[in-house]
Amino acid sequence: MAQTLEIIKKQQGEEHWDEPYYVNMGPQHPSTHGVLRLFLELDGETIVRCDPRIGYLHRGVEKLSEHRTYAQAMTLTDRLDYIASAANNVGYCLAVEKLMGLEVPRRAQIIRVIVCEMARIASHLLWLATHALDIGAMTVFLYCFRDREWLLDIFEEICGARLTVSYPRLGGVRLDFTQEIIDELYRFTDEFPRRIPEYETLIDVNRIWLKRTVGVGKVSAEEAINLGLTGPSLRGSGVAYDLRRHQPYLVYDELDFEVAVEYGCDVYSRYRVRMKEMREANKIIRQCLDLLKECEGEPVLAEGAPDLLMPFGKMKAPQAAPHPKRGFVVKGVEVPVVPEGEVYFAIEAPKGELGYYIVSDGTGHPWRVRIRAPSFVHISALPALSEGQMVADIVAVIGSVDIVLGECDR
Amino acid sequence: MLAVEKLQERFPEEIIEVFESAGQTVVVVRREKIVDILNFLHGDVELLFDHLADLTAIDWLGKKTPRFEVVYTLYSIRYKQYLRIKAQVPEDDPRLPSVTSIWKTANWFEREVYDMFGLVFEGHPDLRRLLMPEDWEGYPLRKDYPLFLEPDKEWPVYRELREKARELARFDWYPTLIEHDQAEEVTEEEGHGANA
Repeated sequence: MAQTLEIIKKQQGEEHWDEPYYVNMGPQHPSTHGVLRLFLELDGETIVRCDPRIGYLHRGVEKLSEHRTYAQAMTLTDRLDYIASAANNVGYCLAVEKLMGLEVPRRAQIIRVIVCEMARIASHLLWLATHALDIGAMTVFLYCFRDREWLLDIFEEICGARLTVSYPRLGGVRLDFTQEIIDELYRFTDEFPRRIPEYETLIDVNRIWLKRTVGVGKVSAEEAINLGLTGPSLRGSGVAYDLRRHQPYLVYDELDFEVAVEYGCDVYSRYRVRMKEMREANKIIRQCLDLLKECEGEPVLAEGAPDLLMPFGKMKAPQAAPHPKRGFVVKGVEVPVVPEGEVYFAIEAPKGELGYYIVSDGTGHPWRVRIRAPSFVHISALPALSEGQMVADIVAVIGSVDIVLGECDR
Repeated sequence: MLAVEKLQERFPEEIIEVFESAGQTVVVVRREKIVDILNFLHGDVELLFDHLADLTAIDWLGKKTPRFEVVYTLYSIRYKQYLRIKAQVPEDDPRLPSVTSIWKTANWFEREVYDMFGLVFEGHPDLRRLLMPEDWEGYPLRKDYPLFLEPDKEWPVYRELREKARELARFDWYPTLIEHDQAEEVTEEEGHGANA
């Protein structure tokens, strides 16, 4: 201490001795979960200003979607939140179906719910693994990845892809579940509730974990709403805003599950919310598997579902010739592929509220696709969460809002 | 819908059009008093639109006369309802007031709209480009911006970077490029030999 004071005394004589210290954190920093760059202004170890700079993964998904048909643009949504790609696909399909007024068969709806909740568990497992690794708990990482592999194997069994699934289609899903998949899911839902306490015993009452998380990154409920936080990050501040309950889509209104809410407003309560959510997601999958039994053998694709080879422009529907004797030429009438209009549809993705705002002009490709990504908003809230905290805590804060840069930059 | 009735009562001259699309209510308004309108919706105890779900813009090039529309998607967590407000912005004067004073989350949304459409939000605390590099020219999500840029119009920094990489490829550890260069040199020498 005395030594430090002496150094400070010596430096005081110099000209810019109390200038702020600038740190560039990222874009290659391992704890930024991708290519996030944080421009930090430090006073000692306290963060005075935090300025996130994004765009390193910008691929122009919104612009690309305008130049593709609705069916082709769905594969682009895989690459947003690549950890839970199934939830992105389902959100996009629901938005387009609402625009088209398409009714999805019940079996397909149940399957979509199962796929969404599997994606939620997979996403939360990866979140827990990396968040714990950032703070210093190595073992949790290995446990979580063991179980995530199991889920990814089931995804591979369902549709052939592990990460970018593209499994839902406009009007349903690609393939029905086979009996092996259902059996495997029953095994998973039996086993998984016993796996969660394994992670919790490692970190839940760990003194280091508590010191790093309790009381860090506090945000009150009102400010969290004002900052636009959604999903588990908002529910950690005591606001029970869950789109599965607020605006029920698919078959969520028939299911029995609890919205996880914690009132601590800090990093620790956001962690508790996600642990609760994994249990609830497991419960939902179990109920959906029972529901699947009731509609055995029903179709999984709606009859009016658009073809995968959608026309890019407007469709020409054949029309009867005005008079049978005036020649064989049948003139076509232009029919909109997707009716003109606009829709905003949001689902509860693992990270938060994932909204699709689609404007159609009647052709086979959208006029405008806007993706309201939860990670984008959560990163914009990082300055409010981290300013005034210690520089070491920003790693915990970034982890607690659960960001994926593929979704943020789009 | 109660919100629309209240808006029509409070701001009768500002509202241009009210319509429904796919079961969702849309209110088209003038841009001048957008802050007052949104502040009213945010603060009114019977409406309480406290969550700004989305803020974006649409470019109606060749379809509608005021070329741009800024879209505010509001959600009331208390009353569980959506409302969409659209503000019309003409092409020759692309300005409208910022709503960052009401929602902090509007900060980055507006920066993104500025970055992608070139609409200027007056009163924004920090209006910079967000996703594109700072020295990027043009606004990518406008309809007259091409999907593929012509080679001579591409970003100068990227061109410099590529030339630099080509220059430094000779010192690379990976042998492929060097072999390629050497092969070219050898053929040239052979060619000279044959000519001589």
